[in-house]
Amino acid sequence: MTATAPRANTTAAAVRRTGARRGRGAPYAFLAPAAVLFALFFALPIGYAIWLSLHKVEVKGLGLGKGARSEVWAGPANYTDALTDPELLDGALRVLGYGAIVVPTMLGLALLFALMLDAERVRLASVTRLAIFLPYAVPGVIAALLWGFLYLPDVSPFFYLLDALGLPQPDLLDGGPLFLSLSNIAVWGGTGFNMIVIYTSLRSIPAEVYEAARLDGCSQLQIALRVKIPMVAPSLVLTFFFSIIATLQVFAEPTTLKPLTNSVSTTWSPLMKVYQDAFGNGDLHAAAATAVIIAVVTLVLSFGFLRAAGSRDQQGDPR
Amino acid sequence: MPFTLRRRLVATTVAGLLGTTALTACDSSGDESAAPAEAGPAALTYWAWAPGMDKVADLWNKGPGKEAGITVTVKKQASGDDLVTKILTAAKAGQAPDLVQAEYQALPTLVSNDVLADISKEVEGVEAKFAPGVWQQATLGTDAVYAVPQDSGPMMFYYRQDLFRQYGLTVPTTWDEFAETARALKKKAPGKALTTFSANDAGLFAGLAQQAGARWWTTEGDQWKVGIDDAATRKVAAFWGGLVKEGAIDNQPMYTPAWNKALNTGEQIGWVSAVWAAGTLTTAAPDTKGKWAMAPLPQWPGGARATGSWGGSSTAVTNDSKHKGAAAEFVTWLNTDPAALAALVKESGIYPAATAAQSGGALAKAPDFFSNQPTFYEEAAAIAKTTAPSAWGPNVNVAYTTFRDAFARAAKDRSDFGAALRTVHDSTVADLKKQGFGVAE
Repeated sequence: MTATAPRANTTAAAVRRTGARRGRGAPYAFLAPAAVLFALFFALPIGYAIWLSLHKVEVKGLGLGKGARSEVWAGPANYTDALTDPELLDGALRVLGYGAIVVPTMLGLALLFALMLDAERVRLASVTRLAIFLPYAVPGVIAALLWGFLYLPDVSPFFYLLDALGLPQPDLLDGGPLFLSLSNIAVWGGTGFNMIVIYTSLRSIPAEVYEAARLDGCSQLQIALRVKIPMVAPSLVLTFFFSIIATLQVFAEPTTLKPLTNSVSTTWSPLMKVYQDAFGNGDLHAAAATAVIIAVVTLVLSFGFLRAAGSRDQQGDPR
Repeated sequence: MPFTLRRRLVATTVAGLLGTTALTACDSSGDESAAPAEAGPAALTYWAWAPGMDKVADLWNKGPGKEAGITVTVKKQASGDDLVTKILTAAKAGQAPDLVQAEYQALPTLVSNDVLADISKEVEGVEAKFAPGVWQQATLGTDAVYAVPQDSGPMMFYYRQDLFRQYGLTVPTTWDEFAETARALKKKAPGKALTTFSANDAGLFAGLAQQAGARWWTTEGDQWKVGIDDAATRKVAAFWGGLVKEGAIDNQPMYTPAWNKALNTGEQIGWVSAVWAAGTLTTAAPDTKGKWAMAPLPQWPGGARATGSWGGSSTAVTNDSKHKGAAAEFVTWLNTDPAALAALVKESGIYPAATAAQSGGALAKAPDFFSNQPTFYEEAAAIAKTTAPSAWGPNVNVAYTTFRDAFARAAKDRSDFGAALRTVHDSTVADLKKQGFGVAE
């Protein structure tokens, strides 16, 4: 790129200068499309959400007629309101409880299935793999509807069987069982995807490693525990990372089950509260503040986890 | 930009459709291949969720609309609350449609956001065609007129005639008798329930409170007064809370597959509902056709016969409309003209708010589902006349959401409904104050 072998010093300097300038500008030119798209469709909406969260609508008197509403600066009021709202805290705790069931169960099953499929003597591997993966292709709302019907005593075949066998019929849409019911939908839908991620990284382990392990007298179980699991740790970290984000964003399942039971409130999860504030109560400003809080918490939790995982194992950081 | 483009497209499409004579039951989404022609003097868009509204609009476009040069295009919407949000958003962008279908309880919210135009001058004289209680919902008790009533939902009590006879029950005429009936049924058939208390549609409870004489939102000078936790509503809450607590009625939400099944198999033998119940029962409990009967709501002691209303909607003109006069003309025709009302009854299955249309005409014959009760609509018209006035405020949405959560919890735990009612009252007042409304204590 830079000019070489100049005849005259003056022109050479000029050429070098322009050339160098062109060279310095090139990365920016390449970056421009991405930067523009980032600004337009990412930074700008986020900026607008933050702007909204710092304002509020003020109504005068009866609020009827023209000019009764004006948008005014609210400062951190929306944030303090959201953070001191017991519903949001309760929602966060509910999601925490839900996540405590979903993430370990889902990843445990995914790892188990991946290891089983990766075992040497396994028949119908591809069919099984597909069968486990298939629920992931079912949209969350459909899955929740499907399971919701199965949880309702009056229409569920499970309850019909329980009744016929004279067994007790638990209320699956209330209290503790509600968490299990919701978690079950997420586990059913998410295990396949995580299994594929782990399985793919299992397949990339060279055969020599297993051979060496076997020569050292390792059993299949020992190979799984001491060789395979440590070697797929990076993909376990990755699936854990995705699962945390998905858990914090749980919305479709409780929203779909809501009309079927008295136990799921309109603000069951934090995201449902954002939705309710924005579209039920028409308060975009409060919704924006809560959304910003959720985004910050998600970032802190997920990257905090990545950092923790990275410090324990240097190769564990997928970044 | 996309909005204007779409609007122009709609205008040309409408004009194109007008030019062609083959104007049958057109899809309201518009035919993009229609030949462009000159736009009429006024092309209006109408957001509505009532089924078959496009066919009623066609009637206008072919008849009176053609003469006046006013064309209406219906854009089918999801119902109720979703539409309010959508209208508010569109109005913020200055792109609201000319006409909107709005539930009565949504009108204060829309007016408070300056979405609806005052059409009192354009619809002068229309008032006489409606019952005062209905009309007042469209004026919010002011001198302005923000909408013209379209349909109303006077509440009634529906019961399984055959099963009432089988268990030797009589149709309750007072709420005390209603409670006795529920208990008597539980004694005779523990697996069955007279009805359920469902928290998932606050409109039902609001109607019951209205019947008892509650007025949830009223104005005092420049301030709103919230009366959700008033004596009348407390009485209604205590009544239903008591029935749920003693187990005389069920506590599961309605509109679920389980509820449908309970209605269809006769596990639930009554339903406190409104005039439109036939439509719901037809889909929820198809096997019970001809076995139900309708009666007036049970009454509270002392005071005149009354019923509440559950549902019902109006047609309003928006401030964004460039043809408010033309829009008001269509609104008046749609909700008062006999031909339009007959079409609304036939195509959209509504119960018209206009008094003259509530008997005879398209409503001469009982709904199919109630073929065993040939005088269905005559009785309904008599009940409709007793509709108690309702009083809506600018944050009905907040009250309704809080109601759903608070009463769902109370119904589930079979706990004190009075506490739940106070929660609803307090959150509603707090929300008004937070928004800056003047609130009278």
